[in-house]
Amino acid sequence: MYSIASFRDIVDQPYPYLQNLKNLQGKKIVGTVCTYAPEEIIHAAGALPVRLFGSDSAIHRAELHLQSYCCSLVRGILEEALTDRLDFLDGMVFPHTCDSIQRLSDVWRINLKKTFHADVVLPVKLTTAGARQYLIDVLDRFKADLERQLGREITHDDLARSVKLYNQIRLLLQRLYRLRCDHPEVLDGRDYHTIIRAAMIVEREIFLESLTTIVADLEKTVMQTKPSHLKRLVICGGICTHPDIYEAIAEAGGVAVGDDLCTGQRYFDGIIDEALPPVEAIAGRYIRRAVCPAKHTGITSRGENIIRTVRQCRADGVVFLLLKFCDPHAFDYPYMREMLERENIPSLLLEMEDQSQAAGQVQTRLETFVQIL
Amino acid sequence: MNQSDPGAMKTLGVYLFGQAKKLSLKFKKAPTMKDLMMVYYSEAKSAKVTGRKVAWITSGGPVEPLIAMGVIPVYPENHGAMIGASKMGAGLCEKAEAMGYSNDLCSYARSDIACATVNGGPIGGLPRPDMLVCCNNICGTVLKWYETQARYFNVPLFILDTPFCHTGYFEEAARYVRSQIDEYIQFIEDVCGKKYDFERLREVGLLSFEGQKLWQAVLDTAAVRPAPMSAFDAFYHLALIVTLRGTKTAGSYYRNLLAQMKDRVARGIGVVPDEKYRLLWDNIPIWPRVRWLSQKFASHNACLVADTYTSAWCGTTKYIDESRFIDSMAEAYTRIYLNIGVDEMAKTVIEMIDKYDVDGLVLHSNRSCKPYSFGQLDIERIVGEERGIPCLMLEADMVDDRSFSESQIATRIDAFMEIIKERKKNKG
Ligand code: SF4
Ligand code: SF4
Repeated sequence: MYSIASFRDIVDQPYPYLQNLKNLQGKKIVGTVCTYAPEEIIHAAGALPVRLFGSDSAIHRAELHLQSYCCSLVRGILEEALTDRLDFLDGMVFPHTCDSIQRLSDVWRINLKKTFHADVVLPVKLTTAGARQYLIDVLDRFKADLERQLGREITHDDLARSVKLYNQIRLLLQRLYRLRCDHPEVLDGRDYHTIIRAAMIVEREIFLESLTTIVADLEKTVMQTKPSHLKRLVICGGICTHPDIYEAIAEAGGVAVGDDLCTGQRYFDGIIDEALPPVEAIAGRYIRRAVCPAKHTGITSRGENIIRTVRQCRADGVVFLLLKFCDPHAFDYPYMREMLERENIPSLLLEMEDQSQAAGQVQTRLETFVQIL
Repeated sequence: MNQSDPGAMKTLGVYLFGQAKKLSLKFKKAPTMKDLMMVYYSEAKSAKVTGRKVAWITSGGPVEPLIAMGVIPVYPENHGAMIGASKMGAGLCEKAEAMGYSNDLCSYARSDIACATVNGGPIGGLPRPDMLVCCNNICGTVLKWYETQARYFNVPLFILDTPFCHTGYFEEAARYVRSQIDEYIQFIEDVCGKKYDFERLREVGLLSFEGQKLWQAVLDTAAVRPAPMSAFDAFYHLALIVTLRGTKTAGSYYRNLLAQMKDRVARGIGVVPDEKYRLLWDNIPIWPRVRWLSQKFASHNACLVADTYTSAWCGTTKYIDESRFIDSMAEAYTRIYLNIGVDEMAKTVIEMIDKYDVDGLVLHSNRSCKPYSFGQLDIERIVGEERGIPCLMLEADMVDDRSFSESQIATRIDAFMEIIKERKKNKG
């Protein structure tokens, strides 16, 4: 059983935790790079899916493979791998998302292929019957690949169990999300962030158990705390690797109450239909869940989603937190901003260079923004 | 038509001009690229007058199904190249940035998105589309770009989703793409409001295949020493295989060009006087600097005899089966150069190095085009290991001139050429 504090330790230093699991339990560890990685299937194969988050250290080795105009996330992940810090991995899974991840997979396969390497080339449009069938076929292929590589059959029951577990986790995370929205005073933004990141690292059974207690405890504290009157913000972007942002928001007199992030709602949105055959059901969730800008479900889907989120969270404004050189998100920003403007919802754009950038640089801008709300 | 409407009058003017030009070409033996493009764009721009439909389509998208139905295909990327070549890129890119588009995005997309709102650029903007056809076999950017234009013009968008081939072309991908060709045809029928003409598609398919083979034959002539043409010429002549592939016009243009090149070969005429060194170019041209670069290399007696970019429009003929054009088209469009793994790209580069017998490789590290540029460093290394020829990487942008540092690039080219010369001397 873990507390939020122990989650924080794991999130800050995931490698020793993972190495330990491997040494002590012989757990197989599989790295992923995106929320479209079919974690349920990896889990059903008895392995632990772990989302990689780039690097805190300077880029040296990756510099020899990816130019400076590649996002820091992709370069960071490669740097970690090239400097042997990811040697505990038994495999890597690259779902097809943006052009940069696409090439990261190639570069990885060519330079680092010591372990199992899978490309899950998902469809880009999620709107047609043909795309849905293709998605199922791709997941089936991935399942077969995994079975071959990990030398273990994945039965229907294995999959059904994993789907159930993931549903429970997602339902709890959704409850946590709503709790934060209704009572932001009981859950610090940083802690929310920590929990979501832990959800992508920690052994899922234990994570579920711990989270169940954490959420129940938090719900109990609701009565004792005073409701906050801070300005309510929704954060929108890719992955958030800047947990400092939550402190910066708090200092500016605001509070995050909702999000459209990979390290947020997009990770736990949507539930898998347990009545359907598992692979088909997993595909179904990908089609329904909040969409990422690298996939297509319509030309205004994300704009509509952000407005819905703002309404549901009764937010006063939106902070776009974009990573420099991230094409899919940068392309969506102008129209999303415009759709928000039409609804009289103010927004602020914060573009982050890399992970080490201090939140202080954005402090003033956040303060000015919160003041106008 | 309302005669007092200045917009309509202008379109009519464009139309009449185009018709007159077309007529004049009938009496000319070999129309130039400029003539043909002028007729093409005036026809496209007067589509409203003539009642034809206009589709915007990505450069790697299957255009044949449109041509078969009399739809005029328009290529924003070709337009982007024109914007770049006429040095109007920086201005339009700045405009896009003012609209909120980050300047790290593809400059074709940025300049096109900006251009659409002001009808700017060298030809006063592209004609308004009736439909958008986006094939993601070149990048993920086109998806976002076409979504943007679908919102702006409020017209139907068709996405032809061609799964990326990291290590191969799997059967589920083949089924998926093939089924989308049927959806594509249905889409065109719906927008045009008439039944699809499959007979005509067969003819267009044959013409397209023939055009691609002719284009390959033209590029092949540069394998001879001295090369009768360079990559810089290919950048220029490329426009038709992109925009008019599947028409008779493209075929006869390239037949003519091929005859000219063969004649040069027969007479031993090289495009670079006193050609001593042969180079291969990788990535999209630096459009605003094509002439400068060509002169720069020529001043070292170096000819860029081939490139990976212009050959992309004929690189998949091996997958095309003339008798089953529709079926084989799915595979050919999915396995193009930018939709394959870096290792397979490196293999293609090495084949070209051997075929054109080059002394060095010049890679344009193009800030705009991530799928083309990420992986280049590995290609450079692989080429070094397998063929041992010198490589030069130049960081620039295909349209946006602001990231071009002339003096720095000149110095690097000079140093690179010194290495090549040294090597050649030692080899005797
Ligand atoms: S941050 Fe953007 S560019 Fe980088 S990996 Fe994620 S989606 Fe791709
Ligand atoms: S990103 Fe590259 S392939 Fe895509 S439109 Fe831009 S230049 Fe073309």
